[in-house]
Amino acid sequence: MIVELGHFALILAACLALLQSIVPLYGASKNHAGLMAVGQSAAVAQFVLIALAFAVLVNAYVTSDFSVVNVVENNHSAKPMLYKITGVWSNHEGSMLLWVLILSLFGAAVALAGDNLPPGLRARVLAIQGMIGVGFLTFILFTSNPFLRVSPAPLDGQGMNPVLQDPGLAFHPPFLYLGYVGFSVTFSFAVAALIEGRVDAAWARWVRPWALAAWCALTIGIAMGSWWAYYTLGWGGWWFWDPVENASFMPWLVGTALLHSAIVVEKRDALKSWTILLAIITFSLSLVGTFLVRSGVLTSVHAFAVDPARGAFILVLLVLAIGGSLTLYAVRAPSMAGGGIFAPISREGALVLNNVLLTTAAATVFLGTLYPLFLDVVNGPKVSVGFPFFNRTFVPLMIPVALAVAAGPLLAWKRGDLRAALQRLWFAFFATLAVVLIGLYLAGFKPVLAILGLGLATWVGFGSLCEWAERVKLFRIPFGESWRRAIHLPRASYGMTIAHIGFAVSIAGIAASAFETERIELVHPGETLQVAGFNLLFKGTEKVPGPNYIADRATIEVRQNGATIAVLHPERRFFTLQQMTTGVTAIRSNFMADLYVALGDPDDKGGATLRAYWKPLVPWIWIGAVFMALGGLLSLSDRRWRVGVAARRRVPAAHPAPGE
Amino acid sequence: MTRKRKRLYIVLGGLALLGVATALVLSAFQDNLVFFYSPSDITAKNVPDGRSIRVGGLVEKNSVKRESDGVTLDFRISDGSQTVPVSYRGDVPDLFREGQGVVAEGKLNKGTFIASTVLAKHDENYMPPEVVDALKRSGHWQETGPKP
Amino acid sequence: MRRLLYLLPVALFVAVAVYFLLALDPNRDPSRLPSAMIDKPTPVFALDGLAGGKGLSLDALKGQVVLVNFFASWCEPCRDEHAILMKLGKDSSVQLYGIAYKDKPEDTQRFLQQLGDPFRAIGLDQTGRTAIDFGVYGVPETYVIDKQGRIRLRHVGPLTEADVAKELMPLLKSLQNS
Repeated sequence: MIVELGHFALILAACLALLQSIVPLYGASKNHAGLMAVGQSAAVAQFVLIALAFAVLVNAYVTSDFSVVNVVENNHSAKPMLYKITGVWSNHEGSMLLWVLILSLFGAAVALAGDNLPPGLRARVLAIQGMIGVGFLTFILFTSNPFLRVSPAPLDGQGMNPVLQDPGLAFHPPFLYLGYVGFSVTFSFAVAALIEGRVDAAWARWVRPWALAAWCALTIGIAMGSWWAYYTLGWGGWWFWDPVENASFMPWLVGTALLHSAIVVEKRDALKSWTILLAIITFSLSLVGTFLVRSGVLTSVHAFAVDPARGAFILVLLVLAIGGSLTLYAVRAPSMAGGGIFAPISREGALVLNNVLLTTAAATVFLGTLYPLFLDVVNGPKVSVGFPFFNRTFVPLMIPVALAVAAGPLLAWKRGDLRAALQRLWFAFFATLAVVLIGLYLAGFKPVLAILGLGLATWVGFGSLCEWAERVKLFRIPFGESWRRAIHLPRASYGMTIAHIGFAVSIAGIAASAFETERIELVHPGETLQVAGFNLLFKGTEKVPGPNYIADRATIEVRQNGATIAVLHPERRFFTLQQMTTGVTAIRSNFMADLYVALGDPDDKGGATLRAYWKPLVPWIWIGAVFMALGGLLSLSDRRWRVGVAARRRVPAAHPAPGE
Repeated sequence: MTRKRKRLYIVLGGLALLGVATALVLSAFQDNLVFFYSPSDITAKNVPDGRSIRVGGLVEKNSVKRESDGVTLDFRISDGSQTVPVSYRGDVPDLFREGQGVVAEGKLNKGTFIASTVLAKHDENYMPPEVVDALKRSGHWQETGPKP
Repeated sequence: MRRLLYLLPVALFVAVAVYFLLALDPNRDPSRLPSAMIDKPTPVFALDGLAGGKGLSLDALKGQVVLVNFFASWCEPCRDEHAILMKLGKDSSVQLYGIAYKDKPEDTQRFLQQLGDPFRAIGLDQTGRTAIDFGVYGVPETYVIDKQGRIRLRHVGPLTEADVAKELMPLLKSLQNS
């Protein structure tokens, strides 16, 4: 009965979404306050209903209600409670429900937090959100219903793939969806602006917090997935350029461009139609990603397990959402010609460079992801595009981005002085030079690209610090005065500095991966394996039972200079239900480097293959991502965002609407 | 700086960048596409040494041997008519078995295929993609490519 | 001119969408394997049969259009497709033969006793050598061999009703009439 309640709530939510997509739009065109207000109550009610449906499904999992097909297929009574809950979104149907839950959450947030928005804009934004909601709710109801019953109910479920029973992976999808779906708000703002035919600084000011929030979540989501891959998969890789990763990375790249171009709209009233286009493309790429990975086009496990109707349905949604918005763009954007003009060397110029490079990089990723599929469609040869392709296209495009990150913020708006900006970066320049020279001295010329990468990281990191020092006039005015300035700098400015430093930290972590050392050897109890100055003494393995698995647990003493500094326990877990083995690595990290040990195949004499890696700076990759997200959050907390209404009055709109 | 002038700069800059990007993509496509070959293709097409390729087929029965170092695995991939000897250093996926389908990625070296990764066939229900890629990376292979 | 520039995004999207549509084509099988054996002579084989059965050899198939199905009792998808094989076996115009791949004879026997035996004859490929000669990736797989003894079709994975209706039967008909 409860399960039917969830299904019913979902149907009701779809009806409300339909209401929400029509009435406020009509109200906005007639300037009717009552009709426009319908959007808000509908958005909130829609969220409540979907949350109810989601709670029902969670309840079915927690109570192991095996009369529900979805629960049977993905749950098992012996599974730990955490994974019963996360199992809800470990499958197609449940994860789509999470998707619309987050969509409606953002819709409700716009309805509740948007009091400073003009009613017409808010009504239109909510209407567009409603349309997206209708699309995905009908998709769930018609092709992916998680509430289907099975009769007679089996005694127990089929369980969840053991690889997924991991805390890192459990929370990776929710963050990813927060990011993907969060960009639906910027999309809705963009389409609403196109309908109104007006984009101004105030618009950018309203859009940016949503873009920032979505971007932070996406950053965390991607980093989490990469970190998970690193510590579970047993060979220390953390990014694979595979289609599914790329599907989340492309919206991130374009979303990053969007964050930056929205600044130009806000401060200088320029790049307006470009920013609108980026907002549309960012969400479109999220949708394309959803299509690619759920339609069976790319990741087809079994041709018969994937319902082709799902792919066709999403493609229709794609055509309506992307095709519709881009057509609207083609019609309306030409009349939105921008305001402020600027010289190529200026803050705007630097941001344009950032935008163009990021979108081009996203385009190369797009091409690399879809090219194999393209060849397959035209019956060409079977190919895959791997690491080398992306290293040769993506990386060269990121180098100028990094170079510009340090200098851009030091340039003035409208017309900047590059020489003056570079002079202020003298400290960063010497720091970079020092890192490169020391690196070459210590490591020789062999990993020269990695050393240059470290240099680049130094340049970005110290460049950002120089910019901060410039703002507080460090060492140029009395220290107390600098301190006072530092305290009064807006949070958004600290947000930028921290995010840019995070970028530098990540670059350093990525570049340093060239210095890692690796050992793979068969060892027997009492034997040692040496890696990067550590002696790993293998003391044997023992059987340890877990909640739903049996583990082979190795004991390894790590010795350095004769002293034992750590004991590591990598495992291989055998899940009896699925008859599958997964590895659990043991990592000793001091935030500067990781000692990484994975247990491989056993032999019949009590020995096992050990893989040991020493990975310098590798934790920095994710620390950097956390910094980026923190910078974004800090910027989000800036009080400027909350004073939007007054701002709109002050900034002259390019096309003032009647009645304002 | 007039508006026209500004636009000219931006368009020129954009075009230059587009050119660079196209050149990068084309040159990368030239060298870095990883083609899929069957053992027959390898014999027939004279695939050069040192190029990254993928080879798919069945692990030939009785061909799997561990070398004395306990780490390197030698086996042959067969497609029925031809076989390719493969040498792989590292852990094979749990589903790697004689007679099972595999895809190995690596390079040819004097007739022996030096594999850098070995993926075995995997059989699973459909799952959300964020998770599918995870499985794939763990060696439980499932993807668009040629599939057993 | 400038308007055209603004049309560019939507034009690009249309191209991408058309290409997605093609990719969705249900007949496009992403697992399609370029088979080295298509239109080549069927590899020679002569296999023992089950106790009391006659076995299966290439010579015995010559001169007729036949379906050869590789199966095994331990293979779940084979169970799934068995109902379809039973239907094919009842069709007198279809010459269906089976090769049990790496299976113990007694298991094969039990499998067929439980689910029925649609095959005109069965060969036991206990070593898997014949399967390798055919280029089998994994069971089940089904091959169509023409009157001249050439392999004309290879179907990987379990057969479905649609495969039989759309792919197998038309091919069998045209080969039989040729």
